[in-house]
Amino acid sequence: MADTTTRAKLRWGLLDVFVVAFALFPVLWIMSLSFKTPATLTDGKFIPREWTLENYRTIFATDQFVRALVNSIGIAMIATTIAVVLGAMAAYAISRLDFPGKRLLIGVSLLIAMFPQVSLVSPLFEIERQLGLFDTWPGLILPYITFALPLAIYTLSAFFKQIPWDLEKAAKMDGATQAQAFRRVIAPLAAPGLFTTAILVFIFCWNDFLFAISLTSTERSRTVPVALSFFTGASQFEDPTGAICAAAVVITVPIILFVLFFQRRIVSGLTSGAVKG
Amino acid sequence: MSGNATPAGADVAADEADLRTGGRQAAVPAQRANRRGRAPLSENKRAERRLGLLLCAPAALVMLAVTGYPILYSVWLSLQRYDLRFPAEREFVGLQNYVTVLTNEFWWTAFGVTMLITVVTVAVELVLGMGLALIMHRTLVGRGIVRTAALIPYGIVTVVAAFSWRYAWTPGTGYLANLFSDGAPLTERASSLAIIMLAEIWKTTPFMALLLMAGLALVPEDLLKAASTDGATAWQRFTKVMLPVMKPAILVALLFRTLDAFRVFDNIYVLTAGANDTSSVSMIAYNNLIRGLNLGIGSTMSVLIFITVAIIAFVFVKLFGTAAPGSDDGERR
Repeated sequence: MADTTTRAKLRWGLLDVFVVAFALFPVLWIMSLSFKTPATLTDGKFIPREWTLENYRTIFATDQFVRALVNSIGIAMIATTIAVVLGAMAAYAISRLDFPGKRLLIGVSLLIAMFPQVSLVSPLFEIERQLGLFDTWPGLILPYITFALPLAIYTLSAFFKQIPWDLEKAAKMDGATQAQAFRRVIAPLAAPGLFTTAILVFIFCWNDFLFAISLTSTERSRTVPVALSFFTGASQFEDPTGAICAAAVVITVPIILFVLFFQRRIVSGLTSGAVKG
Repeated sequence: MSGNATPAGADVAADEADLRTGGRQAAVPAQRANRRGRAPLSENKRAERRLGLLLCAPAALVMLAVTGYPILYSVWLSLQRYDLRFPAEREFVGLQNYVTVLTNEFWWTAFGVTMLITVVTVAVELVLGMGLALIMHRTLVGRGIVRTAALIPYGIVTVVAAFSWRYAWTPGTGYLANLFSDGAPLTERASSLAIIMLAEIWKTTPFMALLLMAGLALVPEDLLKAASTDGATAWQRFTKVMLPVMKPAILVALLFRTLDAFRVFDNIYVLTAGANDTSSVSMIAYNNLIRGLNLGIGSTMSVLIFITVAIIAFVFVKLFGTAAPGSDDGERR
C-alpha cells in the first residue's frame, strides 16, 4: 500500500488525468461553442477555428437574458440568506439543546430531503395562483427555502458539533445569557460552517429548474435555466445555439469559481453530516 | 430514530401533524416532571426547552407550510375533475382520476422509463462513484485538482450540462454525434435513453463519490495495514475490510441517489422533451399540469409519484435495517 514508487505515482497520475478530463469535457465543449462564429458553429470541431465574443454581446443586449440573470441572482441570494439563518437557528437547537420534538424535526427534514419535488408542483401551482404568488419572487423563494432547509440543518448541525462549546460555558459563567453566548461567542466560530452551507444552498437554488419552469410564466420572475430553455425557437435569435451556450457559460462561471476557491470547504460540508451514525 | 425514520408516504401528514401537537403535549409533562424533580435545575431546563422550540419553530413552520398543506391539498385535487381550461366542469369524482391514470399506457411507459433510468444510473454511479472516491481518497498526486474537478459536475446547473450533451449529440454541430453515429441519436428511443442516462451519470457520480468518500474516511488505516501484513490482496482488502465498514455510507448514498434519480426531469426536458417515449413520470406530470392545465390528472400523478417514492424508501429501510439510512445523520441532496 505504501509503495510510493514512480510507477505508482504515474498510475495515479493517469487516473487523475482521466477523471479531470471526464469532469471537464462537457464544460469545455459548451465554452467552445459559445466562442464560435455562426459560420463555424456547425463544423463539429471541439476547438473553435474562429473566435468571437458576438454571442455574449447578443445575450447581454437582450432583456430576456439580463432580466433572468437578475432574477436568478436575487432569488438565490434571498433564499440562501433566509434558509441559512433559519437553518442555523434550528441546527443550533438540535446540536446543543435538549427539547421535545427534536427527533421529529430531524425526521421531517429527512422526509423533505427525499421528497419528490414534482409532487409539490401541482398543489403549489394552484395555491400560488390563488394567493397571487404565482410568477413572483416569493413564489419561488418559498419552495427553495423549504427544500434547502434540510440541507442547511444537516450540514450546520455537523459543523456545530465540532465547535468547542466550553467557550460557551465560559461566556455563560461570565454572565451572558444563552442567546448572548450564541451571538457573541459561537456565531463567529461557526462562520466558516455558515459560509460553506450558504455555498451549498446557493448551488441548489441556482440549479433548480422544475419549480422555476412551473411557477413562473413571464420575465418578471423567470430564472436563467428556464430562460435558456425558452431561447430555443425564440424569434429574435436566428440560431439560438450560440446564445444558449454563452448564457450557459455566464451562469456556470460563478459556480466554477466557487468550486475552485472553496473546494476543501465544499467537500467537508457535503461529507461532514453524511455518515457518522 | 425509530418511527419517523420510516418515511412511509401516508405517515407524512400524520408525522407533521404530530410535530405541532406533539411538541406541546410533550412539553407539559416535562414541566411537571421538572417541578417535582430537581428544583434548582428546572428554571434553566425550562428556558432551554423554550429556546429550543423557539429556534426550531421558524424552520419547522416553513417546511410544514410549503410541504404539509400542499400535499393534503393535492390529494384533494386528485379526487376532482379539474381542468383549468374548463373550470365550470369542476366536480368531485372520487377515485376516477386514479383509474384513468393507472389504466393509461403513457403513464406506465413513463413509469418504466423512470425505473429503468433509476436502476441503471444508480448501479453505474455506485461503481464509478466508488472508483472516484478511492481515487480522491488515495491518489498520491494532485489530490486537490482531482477533488476540484470532480466537484464541477456537481456544481453545474443541470440544464447547462444537458444543453452541452444535446449539442454534442446533434448531427453536424457535435463531434460526438459525428464520431459515434451516422444518424441523429436524439431522435431514436434507445439512443436517447442512453444519452439521458449518460448525462445523469456524469452529473451525479461526483455526489455519490463524495458520500462514499465520507465512508472511506472511516476505514481505520491500521486495519488495512494489518490485512496487508496478513497477505490480503488489494481486492480482498476492499471487499473484506473496506466494504463492511462503509456499509452505512453506501446505504445512505444509495437511498438518496435512488430517490433523486427517480425525480429525473431537467435532463429529459432539455435533451428530448419527452419525445419518442422518453418521458419520466415527473415529465408527464409536468406536461399534464403546466402544459395541459389539467390539475386533477396532474395532482393524481403527483400523489402516485409520492406514494412510489415512499414505497422505495420504505423498502430500503426494511431491507437494510432502520439503523442505516434512518439514523440521525444521513442527508444530502
